[in-house]
Amino acid sequence: MPAAFEVNHMYAAQMKNITKTFGNLVANDDINFELKQGEIHALLGENGAGKTTLMRILYGLYRADAGAIYINEKPVQINSPRDAIDHGVGMVTQHFTLVPPLNVAENVVLGALKSIIIKPKEIEQKVAAASAKFGIPVKPKALVRHLSVGERQRVEILKALFRDARVLIMDEPTAVLVPQEVEALFKSLRELVAKGLSVIFISHKLNEVMTICDRITVLRGGKMAGTVDRIATSEKDLAKMMVGRETFGVKRQDIKTSGNPVLTIDRLNLVDEQGINRLKDITLELRRGEILSLAGVSGNGQAELVKILTGLKKPTSGQVILNACDITGACPAAITIAGMGRTPEDRHSGVVGELTVEENLALESLEDYLKRGVLDRKGIRENARRLIDEYNIKAFPGDKVRTLSGGNMQKVVMARSLSRKPCCVLAAQPTRGLDVGATEYVRGKLLEESERGAGVLLVSEDLEEVLELSDRIAVIYEGRIMGIIPAEEATEEKLGLMMAGVKDQDGEKVS
Amino acid sequence: MIAATLRVATPLIFGTLGEVFSERAGILNLGIEGTMLIGAFVGFATAYSTGSLWLGVAAACLVGIIAGLLMAVMTVYLGVNQHVSGLGITLFCTGLAYYAFRVIFGTPANPPQIQPFGQVEILSGITVLGPMLRQYPLTYYAIVLVPLVWWVLYRTNFGLKIRAVGENPEAADAAGINVYRIRAYALMIAGGFMGIGGAFLTLSTLGFFTFDIIAGRGWVCIALVIFANWNPVRVLWGSFIFGGVSALQLRLQLTGIKLPYELFLALPYLVTIIALTIANRNAAYPAALLKPYRRE
Amino acid sequence: MSKLRLEKAPAPAWVRPIIPLLAILVTFIITLVFIVWVKANPLHTYYYFLIAPFTSTVTLIELLVKATPLFLTGAAVAFAFRAGYYNIGAEGQLTAGAIIGAWLGVALEGSSAWVALPAMIVGGFLGGVAWALIPALLRVKLKVDEVVTTLLMNSVIVFLVSYLLNGPWRDPISMWPQSPDIAESAKFITLLPRSRLHFGFILGIITILVIWFIISRTAFGLKMRAAGSSAEAARFAGVDVEKTILFTALASGGIAGLAGVGEVAGIHFHLIQGLSSNLGYTGIIVATLGSLNPFGVGIAALFIGLIDTGSLTVSRALGVPVYLGQVVQAALLLVTLGMFLLANYRLKREG
Repeated sequence: MPAAFEVNHMYAAQMKNITKTFGNLVANDDINFELKQGEIHALLGENGAGKTTLMRILYGLYRADAGAIYINEKPVQINSPRDAIDHGVGMVTQHFTLVPPLNVAENVVLGALKSIIIKPKEIEQKVAAASAKFGIPVKPKALVRHLSVGERQRVEILKALFRDARVLIMDEPTAVLVPQEVEALFKSLRELVAKGLSVIFISHKLNEVMTICDRITVLRGGKMAGTVDRIATSEKDLAKMMVGRETFGVKRQDIKTSGNPVLTIDRLNLVDEQGINRLKDITLELRRGEILSLAGVSGNGQAELVKILTGLKKPTSGQVILNACDITGACPAAITIAGMGRTPEDRHSGVVGELTVEENLALESLEDYLKRGVLDRKGIRENARRLIDEYNIKAFPGDKVRTLSGGNMQKVVMARSLSRKPCCVLAAQPTRGLDVGATEYVRGKLLEESERGAGVLLVSEDLEEVLELSDRIAVIYEGRIMGIIPAEEATEEKLGLMMAGVKDQDGEKVS
Repeated sequence: MIAATLRVATPLIFGTLGEVFSERAGILNLGIEGTMLIGAFVGFATAYSTGSLWLGVAAACLVGIIAGLLMAVMTVYLGVNQHVSGLGITLFCTGLAYYAFRVIFGTPANPPQIQPFGQVEILSGITVLGPMLRQYPLTYYAIVLVPLVWWVLYRTNFGLKIRAVGENPEAADAAGINVYRIRAYALMIAGGFMGIGGAFLTLSTLGFFTFDIIAGRGWVCIALVIFANWNPVRVLWGSFIFGGVSALQLRLQLTGIKLPYELFLALPYLVTIIALTIANRNAAYPAALLKPYRRE
Repeated sequence: MSKLRLEKAPAPAWVRPIIPLLAILVTFIITLVFIVWVKANPLHTYYYFLIAPFTSTVTLIELLVKATPLFLTGAAVAFAFRAGYYNIGAEGQLTAGAIIGAWLGVALEGSSAWVALPAMIVGGFLGGVAWALIPALLRVKLKVDEVVTTLLMNSVIVFLVSYLLNGPWRDPISMWPQSPDIAESAKFITLLPRSRLHFGFILGIITILVIWFIISRTAFGLKMRAAGSSAEAARFAGVDVEKTILFTALASGGIAGLAGVGEVAGIHFHLIQGLSSNLGYTGIIVATLGSLNPFGVGIAALFIGLIDTGSLTVSRALGVPVYLGQVVQAALLLVTLGMFLLANYRLKREG
């Protein structure tokens, strides 16, 4: 990166009057965004506010329906990532755009070299040199599939810098990092900015934004809510701008005293096909009428635990008992019958897109709809109508589920699992990617279920959600339960430490 | 017998290397059977009318490239299901070849013939290895092609792009690579190889064209790609094994063992199915195989 | 200056239904090239291709005869594809059904038609099931991709037929590679006197109705469709995806087997090499043209039957090689596929 930057331009990038529509959804509505040279500028907003869409337009992955882009105050046409890269824009995304079977060096130089021939030693040297120059430590020879999340992110950053990026877009970079890695990232960013880089920092985490950014632009529902200097604002103000009101209204009323255990997980272990121990002696007890949350940064074993509890994976050892019924290693159908209502992490793998709403709603309990071997279509339709009403789903029974919005799809999943009035509810990342209204609804439903007497196991990365809803909170780190604490004792700091592997109260580091 | 193995293996090497290009870029090309057939036909027809065998090879390569381009239009640019597109192209090329044959040659009592390639005799003087080395020129080219393909895939920028596009097209796109174009190139190269592979049969081995000349070899190539774990060098060994089993079958027939010769003809296919089952366990499957890529 | 751009949004509603017709039109425009190549008159050609078959009862019946096995192979393929099982092996499964039919037909010498006919049908079905078993098990138990395995099985059975016909089943008198004729009672009854239209036609229609019923009215059909659309979500909802796919794969094989026994019991009355002239692969064309819908399959089968018959008519009348039919069919498939995809896009004005 040239030390001599053209600092005579005040704005490194500008996006004027950007509008983008997907079908009926207006993702960006006449947005004006300006990035000053040498600043870290946060793009703040809820899930679905339009931040990622706006940045994908800047990077050429989407084409805006209207509006213009300026780089260094000159108008440019960005129709593809190639154009964006040529104009000095780089992007580091949430889903890393790395090719796992290739090594770090190959990934960094991918598409950036003009030469025809590639000599492994040569590119490794080039990458090592770039790594030193920008202060981003990487291992050029390592295969990407063996890297940790933090390491992969560094490779992504180096990739962008290798291509002489002067504007770096970072999309939710801390979502998958533990606190120490976040610190390291912020340090790197400050150093790079001092050398002349300009950064757009997409996030929905207020505290981070207040730590690292100079200016903040807030998007809400596809529209600009405003741009402020960090010095002139506070977390509370930002929250108001993001949401339009004070906070989420859905909150646990009081800490309940809970009843008998409904789900017991006893020393669950999982060793996967690569021989890695993903779950280590997980022991949890969920009681009736309580909401027990499992908090943790994604990738620490939650997904595997959820798969075991939903019947999609068999544990290596240990037991899972639901209501005195041993469901260890049972199949999904059996677990449903035993009394668990399950909401998967990815709602697209919970509903069948090509089938209709009514068919999806009936899918878990087809035996109830058989009349002499034939499907009772009237019964299925009536069931659908009833659930659509009850759960406020904006769709017709005959609509194909893939045409539904994320929030409505999630409602279908919940309606299907909750309508059986299960004694145990497993909700994995239930509000991920949902808008404000849908999130409120889902959280409300979970509270309702606990009030009805069911035990709710909430697996969530959203600490705010965990703190608002739970009666007890368990933290998982590298496959182990770090600790289980009652909600009134939990603070973000305590949970953050546990999520980073620091053991409860004692403050001792684990292995 | 080793000589026979090499001979049988040659079209497989060409076809499989072509399919490797295609699959490494993320496309399962079921059009291979038809491409090899139309390559065989066009090669033959061109050689017949011009008298030049090498011109026939070039023509076969060209028609293969066109077939590859057609596959690219269907599966890459239009994003159509790869299984059905490939089969459609196989049926189309096959029908076209038969049609053209009838149009050009009619239904003669004796099939039209040409003088095929002679075998390269230079090296056959070497003791012990001599008889083995008496091969058709195209066979030598096939063997040389293997390390060449390996080099292209692993040591050139183009090969790196192909591998990236077949593993993670989103990543490649975000890195500024034109996914569609790379896949199209890969398919065209694949088609060219397949065309030559088909032409080998008419121009080197037989000297005439029959409707059944490919006899399912294209499908075997599909299996061989998996067997070779998408690695060009292993393609060579896989083709030798298959060729060897086929040659073995011919030998065994001659020894008069009381087993039906069809069993031996079928043996290579059965072996391939078994090999598929075993190889499937840890396949270096290009992760984006069979998924069309679309950018919003 | 405004440009036109393709954007991914559902096309206006009027586009979808006319796609098949558009596809036919485009296909015939494309194949004009080949017709002109043989110096034939395009209009005459198309007349003989599409209209002439309807003008005489003989050709009309021939159309139905040609469509008969396609009802079955098309249904077999559509059924499997619906569940996400890419059965490319209809060709081989059909042949297996034919083999059983040829054997059973001879063994049933002396029994009444009431026994023989059902036996033939069941036998053919089971033959197809047997040939579909290995790829199906490999897919379900070991996750081996069925496309290649079913494809290879097609090649293998050709050798099996060759062995049988040149060995134990060879006609001892003429030494011709064909099996002995099946019993009279085992032959499918002719539907129209002095025609080749046989019971297989009825069997085909019944099968299509049965398939339709299973897919849209039974729980199994729902599970099938779920597994075909999103196996992950289906599994999550408690559907036993493996079992569903296994049954579907075997059923699909069995239906293809029915097509095979139909050819033996209705047309040839013995086994010969090349009994199936690509009927299995044409079944894939039929299934795709019919959008995997049972009734669509029926219509597509009739249409392909028309093209088959037409190509013979054209060949006789104008000397255009009969393979034009296959070229048209394959082109039609590719064009239709392409157009279905284009229906997902909309033209937008830009600027």
